[in-house]
Amino acid sequence: MTQCGESGNNWAMLAGKWRTHTYQPFISGHKERCDEFRTVSGEPVGPIYGPYEDWEDKAVRDLGFPGEFPYTRGVYPSMYRGRLWTFRQIAGFSTAEETNQRYHYLLRQGQTGLSTDFDHPTLTGYDSTDPLALGEVGRLGVAIDTVRDMDDLMRGIDLSTISCSFTINHPACVLFPMFLAVAESRDVSWKSLRGTTQNDAIKEFYGQKTFALPPRASVRLALDLVEYAAKYVPKWNAINVSGYHTREAGATAVQEVAFTIGQGLAYAEGLQQRGIDLNIGLQNMSFFFGCHLDFFEEVAKFRAARRLWARLVKERFGITSPKALQMRFHTQTLGSTLARREPKNNIIRGTFQALAAILGGTQSLHISGYDEAYDIPSEDAMKMSIRTQQVLGMESGVANIVDPLGGAFAVEYLTDRIESEVRDYLRILEQMGDGSFLEGMFNAVESGFIEREISESAMAYQRKIDSGELPWVAENIFKPEEDESSDSGLEFFTFDESTEEKQKARLTEFLRNRDSSLVAQRLQLVREVAENGMNAIPAIFEAVKVGATEGEVMGLFRNIFGEYQDPAVY
Amino acid sequence: MSERPIRVLLGKLGLDGHDRGVKVLAKGLRDHGMEVIYLGMRLTPEQIATVAVQEDVDVIGISLLSGAHMRLMPALMEEIRRREISDVLVVLGGTIPESDEPALHQMGVHGVFRLGAEIDDIAAFIRENVPRKVG
Repeated sequence: MTQCGESGNNWAMLAGKWRTHTYQPFISGHKERCDEFRTVSGEPVGPIYGPYEDWEDKAVRDLGFPGEFPYTRGVYPSMYRGRLWTFRQIAGFSTAEETNQRYHYLLRQGQTGLSTDFDHPTLTGYDSTDPLALGEVGRLGVAIDTVRDMDDLMRGIDLSTISCSFTINHPACVLFPMFLAVAESRDVSWKSLRGTTQNDAIKEFYGQKTFALPPRASVRLALDLVEYAAKYVPKWNAINVSGYHTREAGATAVQEVAFTIGQGLAYAEGLQQRGIDLNIGLQNMSFFFGCHLDFFEEVAKFRAARRLWARLVKERFGITSPKALQMRFHTQTLGSTLARREPKNNIIRGTFQALAAILGGTQSLHISGYDEAYDIPSEDAMKMSIRTQQVLGMESGVANIVDPLGGAFAVEYLTDRIESEVRDYLRILEQMGDGSFLEGMFNAVESGFIEREISESAMAYQRKIDSGELPWVAENIFKPEEDESSDSGLEFFTFDESTEEKQKARLTEFLRNRDSSLVAQRLQLVREVAENGMNAIPAIFEAVKVGATEGEVMGLFRNIFGEYQDPAVY
Repeated sequence: MSERPIRVLLGKLGLDGHDRGVKVLAKGLRDHGMEVIYLGMRLTPEQIATVAVQEDVDVIGISLLSGAHMRLMPALMEEIRRREISDVLVVLGGTIPESDEPALHQMGVHGVFRLGAEIDDIAAFIRENVPRKVG
């Protein structure tokens, strides 16, 4: 793709003249704000972009039409003219009962899907009574130890109509069976269940960093879940390939997309090795991105990611099924972009980040709370986020035209550029695995390559914030004289310090009432399938149904597969 | 007698995986001429204190974004006292509410830095407050 140069068609010639005779003389008299303008990710950007020489060919080849390959303009033909994106604010804190109350609150405000944050012990595979869980039980998410907790979490929620998303990764192979057991106990058909398990094992080693098991074992269990869900819970998104945490860890837009697509291709390869037809297998794969502050870069990022994914899985695996080619994704506005000083400013940051995600064609959205820099979000912050989504979706008119920025020269330029730079990264990952993305990703994790790449970018970003090169209102410019957060007049979340004791008591009581010898038998079966390489999900389901805890199952896996040591590279 | 570089031990306590900030700080303090030992994450108070003794560090920097600081920091300070290395400067960074600061100072945490803190300010704080050791 060539951008119009200084010669060629009429527009290009005129653009050259404009640059020489109008623009350059003007800026020599009126200095621009920067010597060089760059996006948040460091991409240089020019003053204007014009049409391409082969504009119409390009529109056919690279844009296409909504709902058609390569899906640059969106995965559905009518996009938000049919149904708006899902308003999906995540929630999770304290015990299952408290989080359940928050769920009902959010649904009353007009939320259309549920999403769960788990506490660190649950994310990393430890029960609330484990000594390693000290101080973290129910702190940054909800504590789920047993099927009873899962049942309480979903109390009063109609599982056949509300889609439920679970931000759980290595222990997804335990929590998903708990969810299925709850559905079964309520006579809800598994075929009607809609929702997502994040279950993205690989990004745990450099993105979210709440890994529980080593790379190969965790990927195996993740794929067990995908295979099982495809068979018995067909509407379930069994894997949610995530870039959000990677971006949050400091990656650039290009790195976010590159590593995410690398993960996706690795899982696709893994499924193919199991003999699964990817035309079906990829239908249950969804994606998850963050949204940063650079508006056009983010819009372009989403469009580029969607197009590149469709192209790559077509090229590489010969996929023909539209649903398997379509990258459907959730977006969360990035918590790390939100300021601690003058937190109300975060409402406007969240608004235009959300707008970028909408113009990028997201399928569902969480706007991070304005109180993100303080604690987990208050009820009021989450209400504000839902209201923001409602105003954008229902009042502003942005949802009425499909891909309204499509064809904007600058946005198409950035889209092409991101796609091409992501391809460069993917070549490196592929080479690291001698042509295999699965091996490439394992090697890129184990060698510390990905962590080093991300941490370089995080440092570059920090330098730009510290130097003021990237302005951050009230943080590095227009800094308030008094640094008192209490002045904001906002009420933040207050953690109930009795949570840990409450949850431990819940667990102890549960353990007293279960049939321990039956649990032991079922856990023995889990051990056997884990060792003999069979799909572990059916055995886990039988074990958690009779009361095996998350920590028991994950502990057993830690014994068999070993633990992962953070390499501490920076 | 020449002053040796300031030796800083950095790490995260508990199960918290938010390690962006501490890794950026590791690079930043290194660029300020300090010797940085980054131990990584998922550490226990015992592990941190043990390495602090072995490596004869001047500063222990802990990063916590899990909200568990009021549970984990007392345990760390106890390990530090037990090993009689109370002259080590202890600095804490992360999502720490202002209201917890007096109690943290009380237990012996010297500096508390929140989101938005600049590397230069943290480095300057360390230089001003570190107990001088000469090598």
